[in-house]
Amino acid sequence: MEISTPLTDEIVAQLRAGDKVSITGIIYVGRDAAHKRLVAALDAGQPLPFDPQGQIIYYMGPAPAKPGEPIGSAGPTTSGRMDPYAPRLLAVGLKGMIGKGNRSAPVREAMRQHKAVYMGATGGAGALIAKSIKSSEVVAYDDLGAEALRRLEVESFPAIVINDIYGGDAYEDGVKQYNRE
Amino acid sequence: MSADTSRAGCGLLAYCPEVFRTRELDNSYPEVYNPRHMLQRRGHRDRVFRGRGDATIGLLLLDTSRRPDPSRLVASRCFVFSKERLDNVKEIHASEIAETVARLCIESNYYLGEDVLAALGKYREAEVSPVGREVLDQILDNARIAREQQMPLCQDCGLTVVFLELGQEVHVVGGGLNDAIFEGVRRGYKDGYLRKSMVTQPFSARINTKDNTPPVIHTDVVPGDELRIVLAPKGGGSENMSQLGMLKPADGRTGVINFVVEAVRRAGANPCPPIIVGVGVGGSAEKCVWLAKRSLLRHVGQPNPDPELAELEAEILERVNRIGIGPAGLGGLTTALAVHVDTFPCHIASMPVAVNIQCHSARHKEAVL
Repeated sequence: MEISTPLTDEIVAQLRAGDKVSITGIIYVGRDAAHKRLVAALDAGQPLPFDPQGQIIYYMGPAPAKPGEPIGSAGPTTSGRMDPYAPRLLAVGLKGMIGKGNRSAPVREAMRQHKAVYMGATGGAGALIAKSIKSSEVVAYDDLGAEALRRLEVESFPAIVINDIYGGDAYEDGVKQYNRE
Repeated sequence: MSADTSRAGCGLLAYCPEVFRTRELDNSYPEVYNPRHMLQRRGHRDRVFRGRGDATIGLLLLDTSRRPDPSRLVASRCFVFSKERLDNVKEIHASEIAETVARLCIESNYYLGEDVLAALGKYREAEVSPVGREVLDQILDNARIAREQQMPLCQDCGLTVVFLELGQEVHVVGGGLNDAIFEGVRRGYKDGYLRKSMVTQPFSARINTKDNTPPVIHTDVVPGDELRIVLAPKGGGSENMSQLGMLKPADGRTGVINFVVEAVRRAGANPCPPIIVGVGVGGSAEKCVWLAKRSLLRHVGQPNPDPELAELEAEILERVNRIGIGPAGLGGLTTALAVHVDTFPCHIASMPVAVNIQCHSARHKEAVL
Protein backbone atom coordinates (compact mmCIF):
# COMPACT_ATOMS: atom_id res chain seq x y z
CA MET A 1 0.00 0.00 0.00
CA GLU A 2 0.96 3.60 -0.53
CA ILE A 3 1.77 5.55 2.61
CA SER A 4 2.90 9.09 3.08
CA THR A 5 4.69 10.73 5.96
CA PRO A 6 4.25 11.83 8.67
CA LEU A 7 2.59 8.69 10.00
CA THR A 8 -0.50 8.78 12.17
CA ASP A 9 -1.89 6.22 14.61
CA GLU A 10 -4.55 5.44 11.98
CA ILE A 11 -2.00 4.64 9.29
CA VAL A 12 0.12 2.58 11.69
CA ALA A 13 -2.94 0.61 12.80
CA GLN A 14 -3.60 -0.44 9.20
CA LEU A 15 -0.15 -1.90 8.66
CA ARG A 16 0.41 -5.60 9.16
CA ALA A 17 3.61 -7.63 9.16
CA GLY A 18 4.35 -8.75 5.61
CA ASP A 19 2.57 -5.81 3.94
CA LYS A 20 4.44 -4.27 1.06
CA VAL A 21 4.51 -0.50 1.36
CA SER A 22 5.59 2.31 -0.87
CA ILE A 23 6.55 5.42 1.10
CA THR A 24 6.36 8.98 -0.18
CA GLY A 25 7.29 12.14 1.73
CA ILE A 26 10.00 13.12 4.20
CA ILE A 27 11.99 10.53 6.10
CA TYR A 28 14.94 11.05 8.41
CA VAL A 29 18.18 9.13 8.28
CA GLY A 30 20.38 8.21 11.20
CA ARG A 31 22.49 5.29 12.32
CA ASP A 32 24.74 4.36 15.21
CA ALA A 33 26.61 7.57 15.98
CA ALA A 34 23.61 9.86 15.33
CA HIS A 35 21.43 7.74 17.63
CA LYS A 36 23.99 7.98 20.37
CA ARG A 37 23.85 11.77 20.12
CA LEU A 38 20.05 11.92 19.88
CA VAL A 39 19.68 9.90 23.05
CA ALA A 40 22.42 11.91 24.76
CA ALA A 41 20.42 15.04 23.91
CA LEU A 42 17.27 13.48 25.42
CA ASP A 43 19.25 12.50 28.52
CA ALA A 44 20.49 16.06 28.88
CA GLY A 45 16.99 17.46 28.42
CA GLN A 46 18.03 19.23 25.22
CA PRO A 47 15.83 19.59 22.16
CA LEU A 48 16.39 17.16 19.27
CA PRO A 49 17.60 18.58 15.95
CA PHE A 50 14.29 17.48 14.38
CA ASP A 51 10.75 16.96 15.64
CA PRO A 52 10.30 13.18 15.80
CA GLN A 53 6.50 13.41 16.03
CA GLY A 54 5.02 11.02 13.45
CA GLN A 55 8.35 10.65 11.66
CA ILE A 56 10.22 7.70 10.22
CA ILE A 57 13.92 7.10 10.78
CA TYR A 58 15.75 5.15 8.11
CA TYR A 59 18.85 3.34 9.43
CA MET A 60 21.28 4.13 6.68
CA GLY A 61 24.63 5.74 5.91
CA PRO A 62 24.77 6.69 2.24
CA ALA A 63 27.66 6.53 -0.16
CA PRO A 64 28.72 10.02 -1.33
CA ALA A 65 26.58 11.58 -4.06
CA LYS A 66 28.16 11.93 -7.46
CA PRO A 67 27.91 15.43 -8.95
CA GLY A 68 24.33 16.06 -10.07
CA GLU A 69 22.88 13.21 -7.99
CA PRO A 70 20.91 13.70 -4.75
CA ILE A 71 22.64 10.79 -3.01
CA GLY A 72 24.87 7.78 -3.59
CA SER A 73 23.98 4.16 -2.91
CA ALA A 74 21.53 4.15 0.01
CA GLY A 75 20.45 0.77 1.38
CA PRO A 76 19.53 -0.13 4.96
CA THR A 77 21.95 -1.08 7.70
CA THR A 78 21.38 -3.69 10.43
CA SER A 79 18.71 -2.34 12.79
CA GLY A 80 19.67 -4.37 15.85
CA ARG A 81 22.50 -1.97 16.63
CA MET A 82 19.94 0.80 17.17
CA ASP A 83 17.90 -1.33 19.60
CA PRO A 84 19.44 0.26 22.71
CA TYR A 85 18.30 3.70 21.51
CA ALA A 86 15.03 3.05 19.67
CA PRO A 87 12.61 2.86 22.64
CA ARG A 88 13.69 6.35 23.75
CA LEU A 89 12.84 7.82 20.36
CA LEU A 90 9.55 5.92 20.15
CA ALA A 91 8.65 7.42 23.52
CA VAL A 92 8.96 10.94 22.09
CA GLY A 93 6.75 10.29 19.07
CA LEU A 94 8.76 8.44 16.43
CA LYS A 95 6.29 6.34 14.41
CA GLY A 96 8.40 4.34 12.02
CA MET A 97 11.80 2.78 11.54
CA ILE A 98 13.29 1.30 8.38
CA GLY A 99 16.26 -1.04 8.37
CA LYS A 100 17.11 -4.71 8.03
CA GLY A 101 17.27 -7.58 10.51
CA ASN A 102 15.21 -8.31 13.58
CA ARG A 103 14.54 -6.15 16.61
CA SER A 104 14.91 -6.90 20.29
CA ALA A 105 11.94 -7.71 22.51
CA PRO A 106 12.11 -4.32 24.29
CA VAL A 107 11.92 -2.51 20.93
CA ARG A 108 8.94 -4.60 19.79
CA GLU A 109 7.26 -3.92 23.10
CA ALA A 110 7.91 -0.17 22.77
CA MET A 111 6.42 -0.28 19.26
CA ARG A 112 3.22 -1.83 20.59
CA GLN A 113 3.07 0.64 23.44
CA HIS A 114 3.67 3.77 21.35
CA LYS A 115 1.98 2.54 18.17
CA ALA A 116 4.89 2.45 15.75
CA VAL A 117 6.02 0.16 12.92
CA TYR A 118 9.31 -1.31 11.86
CA MET A 119 9.81 -1.79 8.14
CA GLY A 120 12.48 -3.63 6.21
CA ALA A 121 14.18 -2.52 3.02
CA THR A 122 16.25 -4.92 0.93
CA GLY A 123 19.78 -4.96 2.28
CA GLY A 124 22.42 -4.59 -0.38
CA ALA A 125 20.05 -2.97 -2.87
CA GLY A 126 21.47 0.49 -2.29
CA ALA A 127 21.69 1.51 -5.93
CA LEU A 128 18.06 0.50 -6.54
CA ILE A 129 16.78 2.24 -3.41
CA ALA A 130 18.68 5.43 -4.27
CA LYS A 131 16.37 5.87 -7.25
CA SER A 132 13.45 6.57 -4.90
CA ILE A 133 15.34 9.33 -3.10
CA LYS A 134 14.72 12.74 -4.61
CA SER A 135 16.71 14.95 -2.28
CA SER A 136 18.97 14.68 0.72
CA GLU A 137 20.17 17.27 3.20
CA VAL A 138 22.15 17.08 6.40
CA VAL A 139 20.06 18.19 9.38
CA ALA A 140 22.68 17.77 12.09
CA TYR A 141 25.96 16.11 13.08
CA ASP A 142 27.67 16.89 9.77
CA ASP A 143 30.98 15.98 11.38
CA LEU A 144 29.88 12.32 11.37
CA GLY A 145 30.16 12.14 7.59
CA ALA A 146 28.19 9.12 6.39
CA GLU A 147 26.63 8.89 9.86
CA ALA A 148 25.20 12.44 9.88
CA LEU A 149 21.50 12.99 10.56
CA ARG A 150 19.76 13.60 7.23
CA ARG A 151 16.37 14.49 5.86
CA LEU A 152 15.36 12.74 2.65
CA GLU A 153 12.55 13.41 0.28
CA VAL A 154 11.42 10.02 -1.05
CA GLU A 155 9.00 8.89 -3.69
CA SER A 156 7.67 5.31 -3.74
CA PHE A 157 10.37 4.07 -1.38
CA PRO A 158 9.98 0.24 -1.34
CA ALA A 159 9.69 -1.49 2.05
CA ILE A 160 7.96 -4.36 3.82
CA VAL A 161 6.34 -4.16 7.25
CA ILE A 162 8.36 -6.40 9.57
CA ASN A 163 6.89 -5.62 12.99
CA ASP A 164 3.38 -4.23 13.42
CA ILE A 165 1.60 -3.09 16.56
CA TYR A 166 -0.17 -6.44 16.89
CA GLY A 167 2.97 -8.44 17.58
CA GLY A 168 3.34 -9.65 14.01
CA ASP A 169 6.84 -10.38 12.74
CA ALA A 170 7.43 -10.92 9.03
CA TYR A 171 10.83 -12.56 9.59
CA GLU A 172 9.42 -15.12 12.02
CA ASP A 173 6.42 -15.79 9.77
CA GLY A 174 8.62 -16.22 6.70
CA VAL A 175 11.04 -18.63 8.33
CA LYS A 176 8.17 -20.64 9.84
CA GLN A 177 6.53 -20.97 6.45
CA TYR A 178 9.62 -22.18 4.62
CA ASN A 179 11.43 -24.11 7.33
CA ARG A 180 12.00 -27.72 6.22
CA GLU A 181 14.13 -28.97 9.10
CA MET B 1 68.29 -7.69 -18.55
CA SER B 2 68.80 -11.21 -19.70
CA ALA B 3 71.66 -13.56 -19.23
CA ASP B 4 73.05 -16.27 -21.38
CA THR B 5 74.40 -18.58 -18.75
CA SER B 6 76.08 -20.86 -21.22
CA ARG B 7 78.60 -18.07 -21.30
CA ALA B 8 78.50 -17.44 -17.59
CA GLY B 9 81.04 -14.92 -16.54
CA CYS B 10 81.93 -14.00 -20.09
CA GLY B 11 80.94 -11.06 -22.14
CA LEU B 12 79.55 -9.29 -19.14
CA LEU B 13 79.36 -5.98 -20.86
CA ALA B 14 77.15 -7.35 -23.54
CA TYR B 15 74.66 -8.60 -20.96
CA CYS B 16 74.61 -5.61 -18.84
CA PRO B 17 74.65 -2.31 -20.65
CA GLU B 18 74.05 -0.34 -17.46
CA VAL B 19 77.39 -1.54 -16.15
CA PHE B 20 78.96 -0.73 -19.46
CA ARG B 21 77.73 2.81 -19.13
CA THR B 22 79.50 3.40 -15.86
CA ARG B 23 82.09 6.10 -15.96
CA GLU B 24 85.13 3.87 -15.85
CA LEU B 25 84.04 1.83 -18.83
CA ASP B 26 82.44 4.53 -20.84
CA ASN B 27 82.89 4.98 -24.52
CA SER B 28 86.64 5.19 -24.35
CA TYR B 29 86.76 1.37 -24.37
CA PRO B 30 83.80 0.09 -26.33
CA GLU B 31 85.32 -3.35 -26.79
CA VAL B 32 83.80 -6.17 -24.87
CA TYR B 33 86.27 -7.71 -22.52
CA ASN B 34 86.31 -11.13 -21.08
CA PRO B 35 86.12 -10.51 -17.35
CA ARG B 36 86.90 -14.11 -16.51
CA HIS B 37 90.19 -13.77 -18.24
CA MET B 38 90.93 -10.56 -16.40
CA LEU B 39 89.97 -11.98 -13.05
CA GLN B 40 92.01 -15.07 -13.69
CA ARG B 41 94.99 -12.92 -14.13
CA ARG B 42 94.29 -11.23 -10.82
CA GLY B 43 94.00 -14.58 -9.09
CA HIS B 44 90.28 -14.28 -8.48
CA ARG B 45 89.26 -17.27 -10.48
CA ASP B 46 88.78 -19.73 -7.65
CA ARG B 47 86.89 -17.41 -5.44
CA VAL B 48 84.41 -16.20 -7.93
CA PHE B 49 83.77 -18.76 -10.55
CA ARG B 50 84.66 -22.19 -9.38
CA GLY B 51 81.86 -24.71 -9.17
CA ARG B 52 79.02 -22.39 -10.03
CA GLY B 53 76.58 -22.59 -12.89
CA ASP B 54 75.83 -18.97 -12.36
CA ALA B 55 75.87 -15.93 -14.50
CA THR B 56 78.15 -13.25 -13.25
CA ILE B 57 77.99 -9.55 -13.41
CA GLY B 58 81.24 -7.83 -12.63
CA LEU B 59 82.10 -4.24 -12.30
CA LEU B 60 85.65 -3.81 -13.46
CA LEU B 61 87.52 -0.75 -12.50
CA LEU B 62 90.18 -0.16 -15.07
CA ASP B 63 92.98 2.20 -15.14
CA THR B 64 91.47 4.37 -17.84
CA SER B 65 94.44 6.60 -18.40
CA ARG B 66 95.95 4.13 -20.84
CA ARG B 67 94.80 2.04 -23.71
CA PRO B 68 92.82 -1.11 -22.91
CA ASP B 69 94.97 -3.76 -21.36
CA PRO B 70 93.75 -6.48 -19.01
CA SER B 71 96.87 -6.14 -16.94
CA ARG B 72 95.75 -2.63 -16.04
CA LEU B 73 92.79 -3.96 -14.07
CA VAL B 74 93.13 -2.24 -10.71
CA ALA B 75 90.01 -3.45 -8.93
CA SER B 76 87.04 -5.62 -9.53
CA ARG B 77 83.74 -6.40 -7.91
CA CYS B 78 81.70 -9.31 -9.01
CA PHE B 79 78.06 -10.00 -8.21
CA VAL B 80 77.01 -13.57 -8.62
CA PHE B 81 73.36 -14.29 -9.32
CA SER B 82 71.64 -17.54 -10.00
CA LYS B 83 70.33 -17.91 -13.52
CA GLU B 84 66.82 -17.92 -12.15
CA ARG B 85 67.32 -14.66 -10.34
CA LEU B 86 68.78 -12.92 -13.30
CA ASP B 87 65.94 -14.06 -15.50
CA ASN B 88 63.10 -13.43 -13.07
CA VAL B 89 63.75 -10.45 -10.84
CA LYS B 90 61.03 -8.02 -11.71
CA GLU B 91 60.68 -4.47 -10.58
CA ILE B 92 57.18 -3.22 -9.88
CA HIS B 93 56.74 0.43 -9.16
CA ALA B 94 54.75 1.43 -6.08
CA SER B 95 52.73 3.88 -8.17
CA GLU B 96 51.55 1.03 -10.40
CA ILE B 97 50.44 -0.88 -7.32
CA ALA B 98 48.56 2.13 -5.94
CA GLU B 99 46.88 2.73 -9.28
CA THR B 100 45.83 -0.91 -9.52
CA VAL B 101 44.45 -0.97 -5.98
CA ALA B 102 42.44 2.21 -6.64
CA ARG B 103 40.96 0.64 -9.76
CA LEU B 104 40.11 -2.59 -7.93
CA CYS B 105 38.36 -0.63 -5.14
CA ILE B 106 36.08 0.98 -7.69
CA GLU B 107 35.50 -2.05 -9.91
CA SER B 108 34.74 -4.38 -7.03
CA ASN B 109 32.19 -1.96 -5.64
CA TYR B 110 30.48 -1.21 -8.98
CA TYR B 111 30.44 -4.57 -10.75
CA LEU B 112 29.06 -7.74 -9.23
CA GLY B 113 30.98 -10.83 -10.43
CA GLU B 114 29.51 -12.99 -13.18
CA ASP B 115 29.67 -15.99 -10.86
CA VAL B 116 27.51 -14.22 -8.26
CA LEU B 117 25.04 -13.07 -10.90
CA ALA B 118 24.79 -16.59 -12.29
CA ALA B 119 24.19 -18.09 -8.83
CA LEU B 120 21.54 -15.45 -8.05
CA GLY B 121 19.82 -16.16 -11.36
CA LYS B 122 19.85 -19.92 -10.74
CA TYR B 123 18.36 -19.59 -7.27
CA ARG B 124 15.83 -17.04 -8.53
CA GLU B 125 14.40 -19.73 -10.79
CA ALA B 126 14.22 -22.30 -8.02
CA GLU B 127 12.82 -20.01 -5.30
CA VAL B 128 9.21 -20.79 -4.37
CA SER B 129 8.55 -17.86 -2.03
CA PRO B 130 6.94 -14.99 -3.99
CA VAL B 131 8.54 -12.35 -1.77
CA GLY B 132 11.82 -14.26 -2.01
CA ARG B 133 11.67 -14.12 -5.80
CA GLU B 134 10.87 -10.45 -5.64
CA VAL B 135 13.89 -9.75 -3.42
CA LEU B 136 16.17 -11.73 -5.76
CA ASP B 137 14.83 -9.68 -8.66
CA GLN B 138 15.59 -6.51 -6.73
CA ILE B 139 19.13 -7.71 -6.07
CA LEU B 140 19.70 -8.51 -9.76
CA ASP B 141 18.14 -5.20 -10.73
CA ASN B 142 20.37 -3.44 -8.24
CA ALA B 143 23.46 -5.00 -9.84
CA ARG B 144 22.34 -3.77 -13.25
CA ILE B 145 21.70 -0.24 -11.98
CA ALA B 146 25.07 -0.10 -10.23
CA ARG B 147 26.85 -1.22 -13.39
CA GLU B 148 24.97 1.14 -15.69
CA GLN B 149 25.11 4.16 -13.42
CA GLN B 150 28.66 3.46 -12.23
CA MET B 151 27.74 3.57 -8.58
CA PRO B 152 28.42 1.27 -5.66
CA LEU B 153 26.23 -1.83 -5.39
CA CYS B 154 25.82 -1.15 -1.69
CA GLN B 155 26.24 2.00 0.37
CA ASP B 156 28.49 -0.06 2.64
CA CYS B 157 31.60 -0.09 0.49
CA GLY B 158 33.26 -2.14 3.13
CA LEU B 159 36.39 -2.52 5.08
CA THR B 160 39.00 -3.07 2.37
CA VAL B 161 40.53 -6.51 2.69
CA VAL B 162 43.54 -7.10 0.46
CA PHE B 163 45.07 -10.50 -0.20
CA LEU B 164 48.53 -10.28 -1.73
CA GLU B 165 50.53 -13.05 -3.30
CA LEU B 166 53.95 -11.55 -3.60
CA GLY B 167 56.31 -13.44 -5.88
CA GLN B 168 59.71 -13.77 -4.23
CA GLU B 169 61.38 -12.44 -7.38
CA VAL B 170 59.45 -9.18 -7.19
CA HIS B 171 61.27 -6.05 -6.15
CA VAL B 172 58.96 -3.17 -5.28
CA VAL B 173 60.56 0.15 -6.17
CA GLY B 174 59.58 3.77 -5.66
CA GLY B 175 57.99 3.28 -2.25
CA GLY B 176 56.75 0.76 0.26
CA LEU B 177 54.36 -2.01 -0.71
CA ASN B 178 51.89 -1.37 2.10
CA ASP B 179 52.10 2.40 1.63
CA ALA B 180 51.19 1.89 -2.02
CA ILE B 181 48.12 -0.11 -1.04
CA PHE B 182 47.02 2.53 1.48
CA GLU B 183 47.42 5.16 -1.23
CA GLY B 184 45.37 3.07 -3.65
CA VAL B 185 42.55 2.68 -1.12
CA ARG B 186 42.57 6.42 -0.43
CA ARG B 187 42.36 7.24 -4.11
CA GLY B 188 39.84 4.55 -5.02
CA TYR B 189 37.39 5.46 -2.28
CA LYS B 190 37.63 9.14 -3.12
CA ASP B 191 37.49 8.93 -6.90
CA GLY B 192 34.83 6.21 -6.90
CA TYR B 193 32.48 8.07 -4.52
CA LEU B 194 32.67 5.10 -2.19
CA ARG B 195 31.62 5.34 1.44
CA LYS B 196 34.42 5.65 3.96
CA SER B 197 33.58 3.39 6.86
CA MET B 198 36.71 3.05 8.99
CA VAL B 199 36.92 4.54 12.48
CA THR B 200 39.87 4.73 14.86
CA GLN B 201 39.66 4.16 18.62
CA PRO B 202 37.07 1.42 18.20
CA PHE B 203 35.68 1.34 21.75
CA SER B 204 35.82 5.05 22.50
CA ALA B 205 35.99 8.03 20.16
CA ARG B 206 35.31 6.12 16.91
CA ILE B 207 36.67 8.84 14.63
CA ASN B 208 36.25 8.26 10.90
CA THR B 209 39.60 8.19 9.08
CA LYS B 210 37.75 9.75 6.11
CA ASP B 211 39.64 7.78 3.45
CA ASN B 212 38.71 4.19 4.38
CA THR B 213 42.25 3.41 5.49
CA PRO B 214 43.64 1.32 6.94
CA PRO B 215 42.93 -1.67 4.74
CA VAL B 216 43.50 -5.14 6.21
CA ILE B 217 46.36 -6.69 4.24
CA HIS B 218 47.23 -10.39 4.15
CA THR B 219 50.50 -11.12 2.39
CA ASP B 220 51.75 -14.48 1.21
CA VAL B 221 55.20 -14.80 -0.32
CA VAL B 222 55.09 -17.27 -3.19
CA PRO B 223 57.47 -18.44 -5.93
CA GLY B 224 57.52 -16.39 -9.10
CA ASP B 225 57.87 -12.83 -10.29
CA GLU B 226 54.28 -11.64 -10.12
CA LEU B 227 52.29 -9.67 -7.61
CA ARG B 228 48.70 -10.87 -7.39
CA ILE B 229 46.33 -8.47 -5.67
CA VAL B 230 42.86 -9.65 -4.67
CA LEU B 231 40.76 -6.88 -3.20
CA ALA B 232 37.61 -7.75 -1.31
CA PRO B 233 35.56 -4.99 0.30
CA LYS B 234 33.65 -6.51 3.23
CA GLY B 235 30.46 -5.00 4.60
CA GLY B 236 29.96 -4.59 8.33
CA GLY B 237 26.56 -6.26 8.52
CA SER B 238 27.78 -9.62 7.30
CA GLU B 239 31.19 -9.38 8.99
CA ASN B 240 29.43 -8.86 12.33
CA MET B 241 27.87 -12.32 12.01
CA SER B 242 31.28 -14.07 12.05
CA GLN B 243 31.83 -16.84 14.58
CA LEU B 244 34.84 -18.69 15.90
CA GLY B 245 34.39 -21.89 17.86
CA MET B 246 37.19 -23.81 19.52
CA LEU B 247 35.48 -27.18 19.25
CA LYS B 248 36.63 -30.44 20.75
CA PRO B 249 38.18 -32.99 18.40
CA ALA B 250 35.43 -35.37 19.58
CA ASP B 251 32.82 -33.04 18.07
CA GLY B 252 33.97 -34.24 14.65
CA ARG B 253 32.17 -33.66 11.38
CA THR B 254 28.74 -33.33 12.97
CA GLY B 255 30.11 -30.71 15.33
CA VAL B 256 31.39 -28.67 12.40
CA ILE B 257 28.07 -28.87 10.55
CA ASN B 258 26.01 -27.92 13.59
CA PHE B 259 28.27 -25.01 14.44
CA VAL B 260 27.95 -23.56 10.93
CA VAL B 261 24.19 -24.10 10.70
CA GLU B 262 23.64 -22.41 14.06
CA ALA B 263 25.83 -19.46 13.05
CA VAL B 264 23.68 -18.97 9.96
CA ARG B 265 20.45 -19.36 11.93
CA ARG B 266 21.55 -16.81 14.50
CA ALA B 267 22.57 -14.37 11.75
CA GLY B 268 19.05 -14.50 10.30
CA ALA B 269 18.23 -11.49 8.15
CA ASN B 270 21.17 -9.41 9.40
CA PRO B 271 23.92 -10.35 6.91
CA CYS B 272 21.78 -9.65 3.81
CA PRO B 273 20.87 -13.14 2.62
CA PRO B 274 21.25 -14.93 0.31
CA ILE B 275 24.70 -15.34 1.73
CA ILE B 276 27.87 -17.21 0.96
CA VAL B 277 29.14 -19.10 3.98
CA GLY B 278 32.91 -19.15 4.39
CA VAL B 279 34.09 -21.87 6.74
CA GLY B 280 37.57 -22.56 8.10
CA VAL B 281 38.35 -25.74 10.01
CA GLY B 282 41.68 -26.31 11.74
CA GLY B 283 44.81 -24.24 12.20
CA SER B 284 45.19 -21.91 15.14
CA ALA B 285 42.39 -19.54 16.12
CA GLU B 286 43.54 -16.75 13.81
CA LYS B 287 44.51 -19.07 10.97
CA CYS B 288 41.05 -20.62 11.11
CA VAL B 289 39.28 -17.28 10.71
CA TRP B 290 41.65 -16.38 7.89
CA LEU B 291 40.77 -19.65 6.12
CA ALA B 292 37.07 -18.85 6.38
CA LYS B 293 37.61 -15.40 4.93
CA ARG B 294 39.86 -16.56 2.14
CA SER B 295 37.44 -19.28 1.08
CA LEU B 296 35.03 -16.50 0.09
CA LEU B 297 37.36 -15.52 -2.73
CA ARG B 298 36.54 -18.71 -4.59
CA HIS B 299 34.10 -18.55 -7.48
CA VAL B 300 30.66 -18.87 -5.93
CA GLY B 301 29.75 -22.52 -5.61
CA GLN B 302 33.01 -23.85 -7.00
CA PRO B 303 33.46 -26.96 -4.83
CA ASN B 304 36.61 -27.61 -2.86
CA PRO B 305 38.88 -29.89 -4.97
CA ASP B 306 39.09 -32.30 -2.02
CA PRO B 307 36.07 -34.64 -2.42
CA GLU B 308 35.61 -34.99 1.35
CA LEU B 309 35.36 -31.22 1.71
CA ALA B 310 33.19 -30.84 -1.38
CA GLU B 311 30.77 -33.30 0.17
CA LEU B 312 30.78 -31.42 3.45
CA GLU B 313 30.10 -28.16 1.60
CA ALA B 314 27.12 -29.69 -0.20
CA GLU B 315 25.73 -31.11 3.02
CA ILE B 316 26.03 -27.84 4.94
CA LEU B 317 24.46 -25.93 2.04
CA GLU B 318 21.52 -28.31 2.04
CA ARG B 319 21.10 -27.94 5.82
CA VAL B 320 21.39 -24.15 5.73
CA ASN B 321 18.81 -23.84 2.99
CA ARG B 322 16.36 -25.91 5.04
CA ILE B 323 16.24 -23.23 7.75
CA GLY B 324 13.91 -21.07 5.66
CA ILE B 325 15.50 -17.64 6.25
CA GLY B 326 15.32 -16.87 2.55
CA PRO B 327 16.20 -13.74 0.57
CA ALA B 328 16.36 -10.66 2.83
CA GLY B 329 15.29 -12.95 5.68
CA LEU B 330 11.65 -12.80 4.59
CA GLY B 331 11.32 -16.56 4.18
CA GLY B 332 12.25 -18.86 1.33
CA LEU B 333 14.51 -21.60 0.10
CA THR B 334 17.43 -19.37 -0.80
CA THR B 335 19.33 -18.60 2.38
CA ALA B 336 22.79 -19.36 0.99
CA LEU B 337 24.15 -19.45 -2.55
CA ALA B 338 27.13 -21.53 -1.54
CA VAL B 339 29.20 -22.91 1.32
CA HIS B 340 32.97 -22.86 0.95
CA VAL B 341 35.08 -24.90 3.37
CA ASP B 342 38.85 -24.83 3.68
CA THR B 343 40.94 -26.73 6.20
CA PHE B 344 44.39 -26.65 7.75
CA PRO B 345 46.08 -29.18 10.03
CA CYS B 346 45.61 -28.42 13.71
CA HIS B 347 46.96 -29.26 17.15
CA ILE B 348 46.13 -32.66 18.66
CA ALA B 349 44.04 -30.88 21.29
CA SER B 350 42.09 -28.58 18.97
CA MET B 351 39.43 -28.31 16.33
CA PRO B 352 38.81 -24.66 15.59
CA VAL B 353 35.86 -23.83 13.33
CA ALA B 354 35.30 -20.35 11.93
CA VAL B 355 32.37 -18.94 10.00
CA ASN B 356 32.74 -15.78 7.94
CA ILE B 357 29.53 -14.79 6.25
CA GLN B 358 29.47 -12.95 2.93
CA CYS B 359 26.39 -10.99 1.90
CA HIS B 360 24.97 -11.39 -1.60
CA SER B 361 26.99 -8.37 -2.65
CA ALA B 362 30.01 -10.68 -2.84
CA ARG B 363 32.58 -8.25 -4.09
CA HIS B 364 36.12 -9.08 -5.02
CA LYS B 365 38.33 -8.24 -7.97
CA GLU B 366 41.89 -9.14 -8.71
CA ALA B 367 44.84 -8.05 -10.77
CA VAL B 368 48.22 -9.56 -11.51
CA LEU B 369 51.23 -7.30 -11.99
